[in-house]
Amino acid sequence: MSLLESTRNTFRRDQVWSFLAPHEQQVNVDKDMILYVEGLSVSFDGFKALNDLNLYINDGELRCLIGANGAGKTTLMDVITGKTACDTGSVFFGQNIDLLNKDEAEIAQLGIGRKFQKPTVFEEQTVFSNLELSLKSDKGVLPTLWAKLTPTQLDRIDEVLTTIGLKQQCFMLAGALSHGQKQWLEIGMLLAAEPRLLLIDEPVAGMTAQETERTAELLTSLAGDHTVIVVEHDMEFVRSLARTVTVLHQGSVLAEGTMDQIQNHPDVIEVYLGEDASLTSSTKAGESYL
Amino acid sequence: MNNNPMSFNSTPSSSASSDAFNQGLAKEANSSRAFGKHTAPFVILLLVITLLASAANLLLPESASLYVSTYSITLLGKYLCYAMLALAVDIIWGYCGILSLGHGAFFALGGYAMGMYLMRQIGDRGVYGNPLLPDFMVFLDWQELPWFWLGMDQFWFAMIMAVFIPGLLAFVFGWLAFRSRVTGVYLSIMTQALTYALLLSFFRNEMGFGGNNGLTDFKEILGFDLQSDATRVSLFVITAIMLSLVFVSSHYILKSRLGKVVLAVRDGESRARFLGYRTQNYKVWLFVYSAVIAGIAGALYVPQVGIINPGEFSPINSIEIVIWVAVGGRGTLIGAIIGALLVNYAKTRFTAIMPEAWLFALGAMFVLVTLYLPKGLMGLYDQLKTKYGTSNTESSKSNTTPSTHKEANE
Ligand SMILES: Nc1ncnc2c1ncn2[C@@H]1O[C@H](COP(=O)(O)OP(=O)(O)O)[C@@H](O)[C@H]1O
Ligand SMILES: [Mg+2]
Repeated sequence: MSLLESTRNTFRRDQVWSFLAPHEQQVNVDKDMILYVEGLSVSFDGFKALNDLNLYINDGELRCLIGANGAGKTTLMDVITGKTACDTGSVFFGQNIDLLNKDEAEIAQLGIGRKFQKPTVFEEQTVFSNLELSLKSDKGVLPTLWAKLTPTQLDRIDEVLTTIGLKQQCFMLAGALSHGQKQWLEIGMLLAAEPRLLLIDEPVAGMTAQETERTAELLTSLAGDHTVIVVEHDMEFVRSLARTVTVLHQGSVLAEGTMDQIQNHPDVIEVYLGEDASLTSSTKAGESYL
Repeated sequence: MNNNPMSFNSTPSSSASSDAFNQGLAKEANSSRAFGKHTAPFVILLLVITLLASAANLLLPESASLYVSTYSITLLGKYLCYAMLALAVDIIWGYCGILSLGHGAFFALGGYAMGMYLMRQIGDRGVYGNPLLPDFMVFLDWQELPWFWLGMDQFWFAMIMAVFIPGLLAFVFGWLAFRSRVTGVYLSIMTQALTYALLLSFFRNEMGFGGNNGLTDFKEILGFDLQSDATRVSLFVITAIMLSLVFVSSHYILKSRLGKVVLAVRDGESRARFLGYRTQNYKVWLFVYSAVIAGIAGALYVPQVGIINPGEFSPINSIEIVIWVAVGGRGTLIGAIIGALLVNYAKTRFTAIMPEAWLFALGAMFVLVTLYLPKGLMGLYDQLKTKYGTSNTESSKSNTTPSTHKEANE
């Protein structure tokens, strides 16, 4: 009986087989919320890198994530992008897409772009090829073999090159770029993919003051069309972005609000000043976070 | 989106207007065409030499000074098979960063498929005169042909098996290894284990592949006598043509966007994954492609050398291939071919003088190349060209862009 039923279900005429159906999902942001992270815990050999973390990100928002080294910022990005499995909790992209059962490639194709803490570009290939590889396109093996650049895609690359200011270096090998330029190229690679959500891990590490300023401008201009989450240590930089800030501490959210609210938040003050009181040597480090 | 054939300069609708950008694009488009700068000349050179050598064998009398002996022709054909094998390893190692130390296995499997066909062509002309069973089976007192020998008397079927079996093995192995994200040394060790396991199995008589004697005493292929000069020359010419085809198709694949993804996997696999590429699929299919090439090389090799035995599976063979590629220059298709030809020529000369010392010489060569020529002979050629870069005005002109590096990949 049940066999018959399941056979019948398999051959239902009003549906295509699920494995043949195009499974491109559109993210549903009816409630203006693009990312829901709830009760997320991750542990490495018993050490809790994330501990019951909750985070909600509005569509089109620019959110800064701060916290001491080891607070779990990178781990959070790892979980969202499918690199690390979590122990408990849920991560939803929009209201409808559960990210926890997807792999990195699928999550990337959904429109979540990620910049690594250490700039990672394909050094043996030209800036142009780096962007070509990042374009939103069918990323299957055969379609990639036959892929040709369309004029629209060329325009897209040109546009991105202008945005990140690397037009002159377009046909240079990416490995020959300066550190700051590599950071931009990586951001450009995310942009070429026309993402909904950008996760950017420490974009200004190792940049000159001028480059930092330009990066801040770039990220600010991206918000609105895209949702951007920036992890950063540089408080000057976070202040220049002047948006909502979330403080992570030991794997959970300690405080959330504007920069001013954060700096006057009793918990934040206690954590950092308390630490400083016991560890006098790290006073300076504490100051640099706030 | 329209899918016009790519022609960068004739897209006035494109807002990409700056001159430098468009020029660069045109160049980029050129470099990704199937016939890169060195491809066509190389193929032509290969085919011309092949034809000259063949003509010198067939048309000149043996006394002529330019006569090429049939022995040399067969030797050349053997080298070309090795070159194809080196190409296969280079595709997976040089371009995708997967160091396979087991490609000898795919080569040997292709060879065994051909060997089985040739074995069944012998028919009742074997020592025991059994029309159906090859000699070694009669010797083992087998009454009937094992199932996997069925159909191998058909050339077309045997040739399908010569590519299908290596391809299938590569697919299964690659699927298991790459999906579990095994990389680096662990993967290399697994490939060694693979070829070693096959070596041990093929040594066993019960496997049904002739045990440690392998398959030999072949008489003819498609009705042509394997000992005749004409057959020998034909096999040599066919090998050269196959090598050219494989070379061109590999070039096409590696210059396409897929090739760029392959390089991306080599240089930053997780970056590629976060761009949306299922890198494991790319690795599996490239591995299969590479194994199929190795299988073809093996199938062409066996009728020319007249024997296939389990020794072809020995791990050291697979390591030798890697050395050929390293010497020639990994990550360049031409380098792999040149490396295979040179090292094997050296091997022929060297083993004629002092056979015991060959492995030491090979090891020394590998150490020297690793230390002083990390990009192999092709890298040396590039260095010399940039240093004395006046030999060819055309090429030095196109080298003024910072992407000189790309040359190495052509
Ligand atoms: N793969 C891993 N294995 C073990 N521990 C890890 C791993 N990844 C991160 N951690 C630990 O988790 C903590 C959080 O790390 P991370 O998320 O990188 O911090 P942040 O980016 O905020 O500086 C650190 O103490 C780190 O040592
Ligand atoms: Mg971090």
